[in-house]
Amino acid sequence: MKKKRLSPKVALVGNPNCGKTALFNALTGSRQKVANYAGVTVERKEGLFISPAGTKVKLVDLPGTYSLRARSPDEEVTRDVVLGKMEDEAVPDAIICVADATNLRLNLRLVLEMKKLGLPIILALNMMDEAEKLGMAVDASELSAALGVPVVPTIAIRKEGIQGLVNQIDRTLPIAEVEGLIPHHGACEWTEPSSHDLRDYHREVEAILAQAISKPARPHTATHRLDKLLLHPAAGLFILFALLFFVFQAVFSWAAWPMDLIDGGIGLLTEAINSLLPDGALKSLIVDGVIAGVGSVVIFLPQILVLFLFIQLLEDSGYMARAAFLLDKMMGGVGLHGRAFIPLLSSFACAVPGIMAARTIENRADRIATIMIAPLMTCSARLPVYTLIIAAFVPNQNVMGGWIGLPGLVMFGLYAAGILSALLVALLLKQTILKGAREPLLMELPAYRLPRPRNVALGLYDRAKAFLTRAGTTIFALMIIVWFLGTFPAAPLDATEPAINYSIAGMIGHALEPILAPIGFNWQIAMALVPGMAAREVAVGVLGTIYALSDSGDALQSSLASVLAQSWSLPTALSLLAWFVFAPQCMATLGVVKRELNSWLWPFIMFFFLTTLAYVASFATFRAATAFFGG
Amino acid sequence: MPKLQQKPVPLGSLHKGAKAEIVGLDETGIKTTLRKGELERRLIEMGLVEGTEVEILHEGFPKRDPIAVRAGTSTVALRRAEADAILVHKLSEPQR
Repeated sequence: MKKKRLSPKVALVGNPNCGKTALFNALTGSRQKVANYAGVTVERKEGLFISPAGTKVKLVDLPGTYSLRARSPDEEVTRDVVLGKMEDEAVPDAIICVADATNLRLNLRLVLEMKKLGLPIILALNMMDEAEKLGMAVDASELSAALGVPVVPTIAIRKEGIQGLVNQIDRTLPIAEVEGLIPHHGACEWTEPSSHDLRDYHREVEAILAQAISKPARPHTATHRLDKLLLHPAAGLFILFALLFFVFQAVFSWAAWPMDLIDGGIGLLTEAINSLLPDGALKSLIVDGVIAGVGSVVIFLPQILVLFLFIQLLEDSGYMARAAFLLDKMMGGVGLHGRAFIPLLSSFACAVPGIMAARTIENRADRIATIMIAPLMTCSARLPVYTLIIAAFVPNQNVMGGWIGLPGLVMFGLYAAGILSALLVALLLKQTILKGAREPLLMELPAYRLPRPRNVALGLYDRAKAFLTRAGTTIFALMIIVWFLGTFPAAPLDATEPAINYSIAGMIGHALEPILAPIGFNWQIAMALVPGMAAREVAVGVLGTIYALSDSGDALQSSLASVLAQSWSLPTALSLLAWFVFAPQCMATLGVVKRELNSWLWPFIMFFFLTTLAYVASFATFRAATAFFGG
Repeated sequence: MPKLQQKPVPLGSLHKGAKAEIVGLDETGIKTTLRKGELERRLIEMGLVEGTEVEILHEGFPKRDPIAVRAGTSTVALRRAEADAILVHKLSEPQR
């Protein structure tokens, strides 16, 4: 290699569920950063550690895979990195293959395939504690002799064997450096294996296992017993739905007080700046543009973290694959893949991470169908709008024998409307433009494992960082644009209407009014929808500004609610609720769809069909409500 | 265990509790989005290869689909439609 490398790079490769990420965390601790690979949106996780010999080693965690024949965007990354085909990414100096000791067959087949790459390989025999518990006796030196690669037993979650692994890295890397003088180390002999080759690999694996394993593992009886309940056609589905209900409750109730805290903090900051800066454009930019805008997004951090906490727990425990199993047939009824469940669940917090989670779906048509309906899951940004209108128009009384409050019931109905329409849209898409059979399920159901707090915490930390970075960059920029549109040109001195009325946003609102009049929207609503493009919840703030209120947060919502109750008719309010069920206007969502599918066509289609749905739903709601309640 | 019969049957036709040995893979006639030969290769990669003993552990809902199959030390979930590409000799019938 021509380039002089100061710190060698080692890549982690292994099957899904082999404990690869836990090993990565054990090796690098918090010294890791998550970014994207150039051109694709697959996450690139890199960390650093110092080997006992004092070498600074860069460690890259590659997406889990069963083979180098890439089948999804994630697996393509793994293949391209180890083959040295990835842009801006040097070939690794060595590879650590991670294998679950209790499930060696599939893992070792991958190791044999990796050996063809001609790169130095170390096999980390992970989860050795579990193997012992299952009465398994595996001889690491026999395995090493049979495979022709160094084998190190590890227990990633307890840092045991990590020392042995880093010592082995020190032994392997100098060899790699010498060999590194020749381009590509050994010659790469990997070609895409045929089914015949794959059978040969399997025969080889069986022979190696017979040599290295003197006592096979007993079956996971605990997992089997749990599955008897959790995969039961009736009990299993009931538990799944109960669990989802609980997650929902938690997202809203656990996140309530930290959200109040952030809200209070934003309020204090606004006051401080209000008293520090003189009135003028700068102050308006900072207070109305940056703080109000970015603040209204950052406030959802607690909800997103609670949701991701559950997703992480469900994933780490092995339950997520069971959920996909349980729902596969039912979701198949509308043409969706069982794996679509995870992206759709995430979309209840925000469609952006939800759409990104759709990467695990290999087939493009299935993936597009999932992405297209993700925005129909009611994201948390729509909650402030729902809350405001419900507070203004829905009487707080109990129905159904006093058990359920009417506001809660309306809220539930709005969520249900989103889900039902998503299913209908999926069905329609799969019957028309995304026709075709579903891709096969073929998914391993891993043994249940207790999630490790450390891994969960590191995962959540990554999420929080990514979300705040986005708020600090994209949303920050959008908010400044929105503020600009809402502020300039300034109102004339003899203005009788609120200033926003004279601004560009105001002009857009007035221009839109004739189009939106048939669905009962006045110019104030039309105007609020414009900045709502950047972030839906901003619509509440804009309505507040327009109705000449200067409060923010809860104070604004309660007082604004009473103003709205007097100035809007009930059909208008219901129509706006219907509009927000489909809420087509979110630039972040459209942006991520463009990035994920690498095409402008799909965000365009998404915007068009969501707008149509919203308009039709609002029109129907407005007309029906007008006929029923009177205008 | 004595083999109950010698004529291979598709894995997708078995019920919960049945044990069988894989004797062949044949993806012809299976409707799939994958290119030719791909389903076969994926099945092998998931350990569903000739000579492997399998057991149907769980069935989904509705229509008892998909199925969870124990193959060696791993458990694989797949739909009956694709399981039909796997030909097996039955080893034992489910106890009812």
